[in-house]
Amino acid sequence: MTCDEARILLHALLDGELDAGHAREVEDHIATCPDCAAELAAYREMSKAIAGADLRYTAPPALRRRIEAALPQAQTQIQAVPSRRAVLRGFAMGSAVSAIAATGLFAIVLRSDDESRITSEIVSAHLRSLQAGHLTDVISTDQHTVKPWFNGKLDVAPPVIDLTAQGFTLIGGRLDYVDARPIGAIVYRRRRHVINLFVAQTASTERRAAKTETFQGFNVRSWSEGGLNYWAVSDIAADELAEFSDKFETASKNSAAG
Amino acid sequence: MPLKAANDDPDRARRFRDAALPYLDDVYTLARYLLRDAGDAEDAVQECYLRALKHFDSYRGPAMKPWLFAILRNVCHAEFARRASSPTAGIEDVADNAEQTPLWSEAPETPETHVLRERDAGTIRRLVNALAEPFRETFVLREIHNLSYREIADVADVPVGTVMSRLARARAMLRSAWLAEQEPPK
Repeated sequence: MTCDEARILLHALLDGELDAGHAREVEDHIATCPDCAAELAAYREMSKAIAGADLRYTAPPALRRRIEAALPQAQTQIQAVPSRRAVLRGFAMGSAVSAIAATGLFAIVLRSDDESRITSEIVSAHLRSLQAGHLTDVISTDQHTVKPWFNGKLDVAPPVIDLTAQGFTLIGGRLDYVDARPIGAIVYRRRRHVINLFVAQTASTERRAAKTETFQGFNVRSWSEGGLNYWAVSDIAADELAEFSDKFETASKNSAAG
Repeated sequence: MPLKAANDDPDRARRFRDAALPYLDDVYTLARYLLRDAGDAEDAVQECYLRALKHFDSYRGPAMKPWLFAILRNVCHAEFARRASSPTAGIEDVADNAEQTPLWSEAPETPETHVLRERDAGTIRRLVNALAEPFRETFVLREIHNLSYREIADVADVPVGTVMSRLARARAMLRSAWLAEQEPPK
């Protein structure tokens, strides 16, 4: 083997691309040629330096969002924060917070923060439902199938109301965990957007009018009625979500009266 | 805007997301080195993903990353063509000339001068970006993305032998530049 050949092939040797026979030939040449041996050593050193330096770039979050927004049905996921890892981090933090809250200590120290913490957990639960392929435990557009499904799983019977005629299609129900407690989620679809309606029992029977807040790009509309707290979460516009909660409340009253 | 008709399948979109989005940083990194401009790279990556989604049905594997790279490369070459009328044209010309120069013309160095001082990432990026296009592309695919020669050959649409010679040439040029950098300033 000539030095000219060896000096090209040594790169393939370095990259582990040579078959055993050729590798042997190059190694034999290098063993007898100090110049080529020095070349190989130099390139090996350079490769190591390059591997040790972080030469990669990270795609800007805005680019990721733009691409996700261009995908069909991405509307439900577009706001899924810069990265999935960030979401998981946020959720892990939420769980840790819940664990502390369960000891009761947190309730005293951070009382005023309770509401925003719950909102954050509700949004995390919403995100999880979109990402994990676990949107529904029971799939049915029939409220009489979804409602009994919750029996025995929760200490409340969440009102399951079909709003298909009003433009919000019931697609199923799910058991979720928020604030370290099981919570019912009733899942609706508006066009391609998912609405999770979380329902939990509350000690207060006082009626609390609906209000909307925005968290991580999601709209969260919450209200209390008849000893239950409701949170509707979606990426649909705030006025559409308000329409949803109005129709739900109206239908809820009608079914209670009827 | 959501794509229409054939692309308007949520399940397909989800499969595409799961398969292609994990490589976003890889694709963006390659775009940065190919185009050497952050804004152009973003546009190219976005275009690359749109094209990839469009052709996702014809994707047969084996590896998603080289497939995305090949698409990105086409997008970038369209960008080069657009630039060809601008003063920064001639990238390809330079590259062609460079490829014709003898591979091993530089004088052998003494072992002492082979010592390459550690360089920070910013300096190495600058040196890599100074390489002519086909060499830079081959080098980045190998050293940063760890593609095999075969995969690089497929992405760049050249024979494996060309990959090997380009890589040898790229490393030689980079090493010369690297050594030149550490000449003490007089």
